[in-house]
Amino acid sequence: MTIRIERVNKFFGNFQALHDVNLEIPEGQLTALLGPSGSGKTTLLRIIAGLESNDQGRILFGDQDVSKLHVRDRNIGFVFQHYALFRNLTVAQNIAFGLESLPRRERPAKAEIAKRVKELLEMIQLPQLADRYPAQLSGGQKQRVALARALATRPRILLLDEPFGALDAKVRKDLRRWLRSLHDEFHFTSIFVTHDQEEALELSDQVVVMSHGRVEQVNTPTELYARPESRFVFDFLGHVNVLSGQIDTDRLSQGEAWVRLPQTAPQGEAQLCLRPHEVRLVEQPSEHAYLPFNIEAVSLIGSEVRVELRPDGWAGDEIWEVGISHAEFNRRQPKRGDRCYAVPDVGHLFVGTDSKPRTLAWVQ
Amino acid sequence: MRRAQHNRIGDQPWVKWLLVGLTLTLAVLLLLVPLVMIFAQAFSAGVAGYIENLSDSITLHAIGLTLLVAALTVPLNLVFGTALAWAVTRFNFPGRKLLITLIDIPFAVSPVVAGLLYLVLYGNNGWVGSWLSDYDVQLMFAWPGIVMVTVFVTCPFVARELIPLMQQQGSEEEEAAVVLGASGWRLFRKITLPNIKWALIYGVVLTNARAVGEFGAVSVVSGNIRGETNTLPLHVELLYQDYNIVGAFASASLLAGIAVLTLAVKGVVEWHQSRETVETPSDRTGA
Repeated sequence: MTIRIERVNKFFGNFQALHDVNLEIPEGQLTALLGPSGSGKTTLLRIIAGLESNDQGRILFGDQDVSKLHVRDRNIGFVFQHYALFRNLTVAQNIAFGLESLPRRERPAKAEIAKRVKELLEMIQLPQLADRYPAQLSGGQKQRVALARALATRPRILLLDEPFGALDAKVRKDLRRWLRSLHDEFHFTSIFVTHDQEEALELSDQVVVMSHGRVEQVNTPTELYARPESRFVFDFLGHVNVLSGQIDTDRLSQGEAWVRLPQTAPQGEAQLCLRPHEVRLVEQPSEHAYLPFNIEAVSLIGSEVRVELRPDGWAGDEIWEVGISHAEFNRRQPKRGDRCYAVPDVGHLFVGTDSKPRTLAWVQ
Repeated sequence: MRRAQHNRIGDQPWVKWLLVGLTLTLAVLLLLVPLVMIFAQAFSAGVAGYIENLSDSITLHAIGLTLLVAALTVPLNLVFGTALAWAVTRFNFPGRKLLITLIDIPFAVSPVVAGLLYLVLYGNNGWVGSWLSDYDVQLMFAWPGIVMVTVFVTCPFVARELIPLMQQQGSEEEEAAVVLGASGWRLFRKITLPNIKWALIYGVVLTNARAVGEFGAVSVVSGNIRGETNTLPLHVELLYQDYNIVGAFASASLLAGIAVLTLAVKGVVEWHQSRETVETPSDRTGA
């Protein structure tokens, strides 16, 4: 079921939590609402659920306007960040709650409910915990039970509010994969809120980036990462190396450092932004860039070696980060204090006060 | 390390035992001896005398009136306290903070003052009372007045027990229940009530104890009419002024008995509450 959000505004007193939000959530896909805290993503999710009312605009499920529909009649599944399991009910009773809440004529027979609960317990791989109370479960188990409870009534839409936020890294990763496979199997329309860009990019079919109550950009994870449309999205999706300087004819320079631009650009102030993987490290400056650095730190953890660089002879806002392969690390053995040069392969240029970047590519 | 520990305040054995001894002595002198004395005095004329004093018709009427007042006050404040706690913890509205403060007025105001206020308002010459007396309705110097002031004096107990608990528990479980399609009544009965039940019982026990024992406010509005508007605490005072010491203590022993019972119930409830909060997860095998 497609969800459409049309010109939704929300005020809390004088504070405007959402500004004219327009959004379409495609049927059967997993959509992430991504943004820093205070960006309005949870408010938007709660408005879709009906736990919060929108001040203007409408929410449509398919062709039906649900803006005035009570939350209990919207037939959605909702998973809370802190699980919100019923502490006085067992796991099985928690899962059965939604089915038992159905109006008498729609409610399945007792045996039918018991069968469905059993199926759901098997789906979440916890059939042995049916008679436990929530206080006796670990965080990951609780979140699985919360998911089974939300899915018991076969909702049209599944909404998840920071579903993995309260879990430790390992459990979070497992649950993420499990949710992905569950989604691939059942294809419900789902929206989940997260402030973790890695989680959003890894898990979703579509990412909605929000900031200050506005939608910044909507796109698939790969497109979003490759073509951010604003500086905010650019910064939010991962580490950025920045060279701020002046463009003079075909050169962007600052202090001793300069980069020759492969295409013409307006003169004046500009910022060149580079992802850690868009930069190479070399021992001698190349003919299209002179970016001297001192190596500040080398971190071997992960599938890539992360080298942290301090600008030498020019001013950078922050430390630069460049990723090199372990093979290259073994060959070159870069050490703390070594001098080296960076060469961009691909870059994103923000000229003046432009909100959208121009993508640059240097041909080898 | 041992030296450092010994230098902490109150760690020396003599300080510890001095404090424990002092507290125990005071507790026995101030709390236990009077309690025992009540029963000793009540039975000073033997069991037969005790029963005879209690089966006096005026005493029986006082007991009946006290029970009636408690029976009306407790349910009223149970509903009021629950509704108020629900309102201030689950909704945000202008004046919410003020309401939380207002609920403490009965604790802050002397009961006698409360009684006087009700007399001024609802007495036959009072603002509301004079209008009511045109319709032949008399509230003051009759049992409805006694119930009214008792409700006033005891109304914070249930709400005060529930508000911190409901604030701490939050509304997520209730939101989850509504999302799952639960009606308002089902939500209250299946989710809210089980979560607050021990605090609710505790509040009811305290309300009951106070409703039975209230003296000041009731004394102002009841008019002290023997055999008509005399509750048990007022009756004790009357008997004492009549120099019927044994009778006074026999009636007082009933109030003391209710107090002891209240403490026992309170103990059981607190034990249950602490058991529910320290329930430790026994299975932590991961996700």
